[in-house]
Amino acid sequence: MRAPSGPDIAVGDVLLSVENVSLSFGGVKAVSDVSFDIRKGEIRAIIGPNGAGKTSMLNVINGFYHPQQGRITFKGQARGHMRPHDAAYGGIARTFQNVALFRGMTVLDNIMTGRTLRMHRGLLWQLLRHGPALAEEVEHRHRVEEIIDFLKIQDIRRVPVGRLPYGLQKRVELGRALAMEPELLLLDEPMAGMNIEEKEDMSRFILDVNDYYGTTIALIEHDMGVVMDLSDRVVVLDHGIKIADGTPAEVKKDQGVIDAYLGVAH
Amino acid sequence: MHLLYQIFIDPFVQMGTAPDLFVQTLWEGLVTGVLYSLIALGFVLIFKASGVFNFAQGIMVVFAALALVGFYEHGVPAYLALGLTIVLMLILAVAVERLILRPLVNQPEIILFMATFGLTYFLIGFGELIFGGDPKVMISGALGLPSGSYQIKTLGGFVQMQKIDIAAAIIASLMVASLGVFFQKTRIGRALRAVADSHRAALSVGISLEQIWVIVWFAAGIVALATGIMWGARSNVSFALEIIALKALPVLILGGFTSIPGAIVGGIIIGLGEKIGEFYWGPLFGSGIEDWLAYVIALVFLLFRPQGLFGERIIERI
Amino acid sequence: MLYREAGQFKTTYAADSALFPILQDKIGIVLILLAAFILVPLTASDFAIDSILTPILIFSLAAIGLNLLTGYTGLLSLGTGGFMGVGAYACYKLATFFPGINIVVLVIFSGFFAAAAGIIFGLPSLRIKGFYLSVATLASQFFLSWCFIRVPWLYNYNVSASIEVPTRTLFGIPITGPTATPATRYIVVLAIVSIMTWLASNLIRGRIGRTWMAVRDMDIAAELIGIKLYQTKLLAFAVSSFYCGVAGAMLVFLWLGNAESESFNINQSFLILFMVIIGGLGSLLGSFLGAALIWGLPIVLRTVPGFFNLSIKAATIEHITFMTLGALIILFLIAEPNGLARLWQIGKQKLRVWPFPY
Repeated sequence: MRAPSGPDIAVGDVLLSVENVSLSFGGVKAVSDVSFDIRKGEIRAIIGPNGAGKTSMLNVINGFYHPQQGRITFKGQARGHMRPHDAAYGGIARTFQNVALFRGMTVLDNIMTGRTLRMHRGLLWQLLRHGPALAEEVEHRHRVEEIIDFLKIQDIRRVPVGRLPYGLQKRVELGRALAMEPELLLLDEPMAGMNIEEKEDMSRFILDVNDYYGTTIALIEHDMGVVMDLSDRVVVLDHGIKIADGTPAEVKKDQGVIDAYLGVAH
Repeated sequence: MHLLYQIFIDPFVQMGTAPDLFVQTLWEGLVTGVLYSLIALGFVLIFKASGVFNFAQGIMVVFAALALVGFYEHGVPAYLALGLTIVLMLILAVAVERLILRPLVNQPEIILFMATFGLTYFLIGFGELIFGGDPKVMISGALGLPSGSYQIKTLGGFVQMQKIDIAAAIIASLMVASLGVFFQKTRIGRALRAVADSHRAALSVGISLEQIWVIVWFAAGIVALATGIMWGARSNVSFALEIIALKALPVLILGGFTSIPGAIVGGIIIGLGEKIGEFYWGPLFGSGIEDWLAYVIALVFLLFRPQGLFGERIIERI
Repeated sequence: MLYREAGQFKTTYAADSALFPILQDKIGIVLILLAAFILVPLTASDFAIDSILTPILIFSLAAIGLNLLTGYTGLLSLGTGGFMGVGAYACYKLATFFPGINIVVLVIFSGFFAAAAGIIFGLPSLRIKGFYLSVATLASQFFLSWCFIRVPWLYNYNVSASIEVPTRTLFGIPITGPTATPATRYIVVLAIVSIMTWLASNLIRGRIGRTWMAVRDMDIAAELIGIKLYQTKLLAFAVSSFYCGVAGAMLVFLWLGNAESESFNINQSFLILFMVIIGGLGSLLGSFLGAALIWGLPIVLRTVPGFFNLSIKAATIEHITFMTLGALIILFLIAEPNGLARLWQIGKQKLRVWPFPY
């Protein structure tokens, strides 16, 4: 059962748009009057020097932070702010900079939690388990196993995630997000702390997810090579302001972007 | 209708028609509140410096008081007994640091919290074994604490103030003041505040965590001793006191877990709230609402201000 | 050698997620159940049944209740005793109002009253987290304790403020009251505990269990998955209190035969909490192991001096029990914070590779 959606968005149309969003914490302005959109089926990178407000932006899209101004339009529906549950229900999934897995559970269970929204058998059936609840469990287990195959983590199914090395944890977190069958996948520095091989693996996974499942992806990333190779379009933030927006080639040549990264005062 | 009158009007009428009783209740509440603050102070000290919620603070109060009386009963002069008890609390602090805190360093706080449960039960058993379970009389006279009371004619009647209560209030204030000065002005006090902020950072500037913890648990032990003396002087010293220590929790909720002034203010609010609540609204419910009123007050408070009056806002970063 | 899983392959996901996937475990549990249901009543002494087995079973159920709330959902509760009491007094009133209805039905039904109390006192969990929430449970404990004394209607206005259990029968055999034999009561308790443990294990392995553990491990991430925090926490309170309530009702009706408010005070809450901590948070097996240890310890301490022909006063034994309990908790937290259940797991691991070291 798919999450409910508004009017069907065609590939290439705007899936989510951020309009004039401003966010401050106390006196600190994290994001100032930022607007951009994300088109269905594309891979959109959000880049910028440290402290540019990228994670805050993602948190606003997710519904964790509520912007003081501006709004988010997702699948045709505009709101002042999202609530995390609505974001999930609407088809937005996300990963975190510092892996936010459930440490007390195994890899399999973690990814299974991603199916929670699609599991409906109530308390009484769950108590009995045998019968409809077990059937539902098995049905979702099939889907989760597909994801496990896709991410090549079969042999660590039963390992508690706390024991896994960082790179694998990130992969499991991706798996959990994929289990939600999201329309929009937000990845917060998915390559952080990885070596070259792990980055190549992760890049391939991201591309495959975009190709195979058609998932729209927004990712925050620091590695320029990755950004240039993977993304269709790029948004550049600096000190909470948008300073560039376009294809990777365009953005690479933008003087403002070069200045921001080289730290030239303006 | 009559019930509404009883809840919202009548108590205030009673307060107005017998103002001397009202002041008496206020005084009782204040005194109880001061004692609650003292207990809470012990909690705050340890929590500030080690992040541990020391559930055993209550039993430490009882233990200290029992030890004092125990020494005295064995023929030790009062002030020497006091000194010996202080040494005993130092030994306890060292033992706790060595046997509990050190092995559990870096464990999540909830584990340390549960360890203090274990400490509590251990001290209960140990205390009962050595001192026996019967209630004892505090040696207030031998320690030079005043007895008797003042009667003040005022407001159409009179208000009675026990001298021991006044002494308790004064001693508590002195204790708080000196602790406040200690924290702010001395080198060790600074180190304590550093440790409270971040263990790692404190270590990296060369502060010895172990020393700090011993000092802090010792200080809490002294506070526990003072509390035990004061409380024991007003009623006897027994293990029932241990449950009263749980009352410190609502105090801490109101005042915040890391604030010394908060412990005072919180204690007084809870003490006043309890006594006034029990006296004027208690009869409506049947007596004994003191048992739970403090917790409900704290609960209601939490719903509006989860970090207490003086506590720090917990901001969760993702 | 004996405990090898080699050759046991699962061909369905259902089999993979079974309660006892390993054949040796399946055989083991069947043997244990057979022994418990048949062997014990036939061979064990009344003393052993009434003083050791029955109470351990009852406290295990309460420990499971607390474990669901604290171990699986991460909500520390100090109000277990109070919820047990709600179940007990509810059962008493139900038995008074409906003398014709089967007592086992009433015992189970009184769990719902405890669940309701759990939901009410769990309401603050919307705004209050972690440690502060445990203070809310303290409020519930003290308030309920107060009710058990100050609301005479609860104990049918009995002058001594205690409740006495009337005789009730099942299939014509008395199972409560003075005429019921320890063995009969034990079997009823065993049946109820077995079934409820099985139900709990079903919950744990499914969606609800995962939801609880997600809330425990990282509630922010859980929200992101679409988990509704508030409903999840309230459900945990409800189910947990249900289990505690049934345990409380069994405590009075199927074991002690009478009770006063003391039986459900803060000390009871702590006792159950210790069972859960020592047994292992987040483990159903741990609940049983913890209950057995905490309940059995004083009994062992009481009988050991006899072996050495030492006579020690009962009061002294009690003091030593407290000290040992306290020391044990600290020791467990230092050495194995995951409790006896983890030790059991490690033991099974070693058994798997025996006679090889690894």
